[in-house]
Amino acid sequence: MTAEQPLVLGIETSCDETGVGLVRGETLLVDAVASSVDDHARFGGVVPEVASRAHLEEMVPTIERACREAGVQLRDLDAISVTSGPGLAGSLMVGVASAKALALSLGLPLYGVNHLASHVAVDIVEHGPLPEPTVALLVSGGHSSLLLVPDVTSDIRSLGSTIDDAAGEAFDKVARVLGLPFPGGPHIDRAARDGQVTIDFPRGLTTGRDMERHRFDFSFSGLKTAVSRWVQAREVAGEPVPVVDVAASFQEAVVDVLTRKAVLACREQGAQNLQIGGGVAANSRLRAMAQSRCDDAGIELRVPRPGLCTDNGAMVAALGAQMVLKGRDASRLDLPADSSMPVTQIQS
Amino acid sequence: MLILAIDTSTSAITVALHDEGRALAERTHLDARAHTEWLAPLIESCLAEAGKRPSDLTDVAVGVGPGPFTGLRVGMVTGLTMGHALGVPVHGVCSLDALAAQAATLVEGELLVATDARRKEVYWARYAVRPGSVERLTDPAVDRPGELPDEVRALPTAGRGPVLYPDLFASPVPVLDVDAAVLARVAVSRILAGEPMPVEPLYLRRPDALTTAERAAR
Ligand SMILES: [Zn+2]
Repeated sequence: MTAEQPLVLGIETSCDETGVGLVRGETLLVDAVASSVDDHARFGGVVPEVASRAHLEEMVPTIERACREAGVQLRDLDAISVTSGPGLAGSLMVGVASAKALALSLGLPLYGVNHLASHVAVDIVEHGPLPEPTVALLVSGGHSSLLLVPDVTSDIRSLGSTIDDAAGEAFDKVARVLGLPFPGGPHIDRAARDGQVTIDFPRGLTTGRDMERHRFDFSFSGLKTAVSRWVQAREVAGEPVPVVDVAASFQEAVVDVLTRKAVLACREQGAQNLQIGGGVAANSRLRAMAQSRCDDAGIELRVPRPGLCTDNGAMVAALGAQMVLKGRDASRLDLPADSSMPVTQIQS
Repeated sequence: MLILAIDTSTSAITVALHDEGRALAERTHLDARAHTEWLAPLIESCLAEAGKRPSDLTDVAVGVGPGPFTGLRVGMVTGLTMGHALGVPVHGVCSLDALAAQAATLVEGELLVATDARRKEVYWARYAVRPGSVERLTDPAVDRPGELPDEVRALPTAGRGPVLYPDLFASPVPVLDVDAAVLARVAVSRILAGEPMPVEPLYLRRPDALTTAERAAR
């Protein structure tokens, strides 16, 4: 094994993407993703059983495709890594079982790793080694977390997270209220570009007592309710709903809270860097506002390209490669899939 | 032909290595909720006991259900991935067929296999057992046990159906869960006969969710 540049295959199946990535050391070779999002769109949201069925169908073809595109043979690999949690239990199990089968068949070490830690680690293959510590804001349909990351392979601390809906969930729900398709994020982003911020929607957990008790936590369910009430009032009054303005105002409220708290966390934790990951990181307004607030605060902003922000196998391979490089012990072959794995537990 | 057989469609997580008509090693763990944890270590210890390496395998056979979905998929994706990694063919066997083959030494004539489908239902199929052959007479199906015709429920019945619904199945056969050694034997005979053995999960139920169109139509 080439210890300096381990070749790692990473598998990610925690939600609706079947992801297989190949990383050599800190270099991304390939990121193959099969998404079942079209299947879920018919249901208006991710259906766990639909996701699990798709994972079983796509698992081996996606492994094959990743290797073919990278020109890599399975026998060239040095290690396997896999998301062992958190996520949808039935989906995780498909990836974990497949990763074990690879490790067992090929006689390779297996690393069961945390999905959220992988979202942080992926930036290594995009922008180089992570500054220590980094503050990471992870926002998607499944998570909204603010993390302090002294060492992505061994030490991650939770500063705060959502106390109700995930940020991406709020986008999906508001999209439904506005008659926009699932997944809501990209559609709201697009609509908002044609709109103006005309409505002052509430910023959850940002005032007085809340900033003491929930300093780095988020809450989006009140915002979602405020949006649907506002829309309803218009409809009852027989007035047209200015979809693009509502989208822009809602998006502004979400992005304002996310970036304000993230920059505050960097200041208070003495972190010179903010990393943003997760599907919502693709939001153009989030990127723009984070950039300007980081510039004002003298903080370096790191956001991987959109394809590496959403769930993918490359991020799992990236973290697996770090585990090998830092000499961490491999996981045991009886490791479980842990749907509620805490972010502080980086490996199982 | 060194074949690895896996089944996770019943309460048993079961693995066997089979070579030249006999089982070299077998491991079974009863736990319907811990397939992910147990399966790979069971395969590893089976190989170790037989003194074989994964690369010695020539074939993989896997039970394709019907069975509770989550556990079923763990076995199937394990078999499919091992087959791919080792470059050997993977063969699918209906798990009820394995149970029927297990019961065949105890029954003559018609046989019913009825397994736990949860939600107060059973997966089931009818078989004809003759000396030297077991033939499936009906496609695998999922139903409430009380909805099966009386004459079907009266047949000698293998699987956990009679354990779960003792009042509804009159003549239980003491074969409860799939035994991978028997599944391996069934697979070998089908491979030799050149039968198609697709590795397609037998879910028999669609996902438990309504599409937005269906919700609107309600
Ligand atoms: Zn994610």
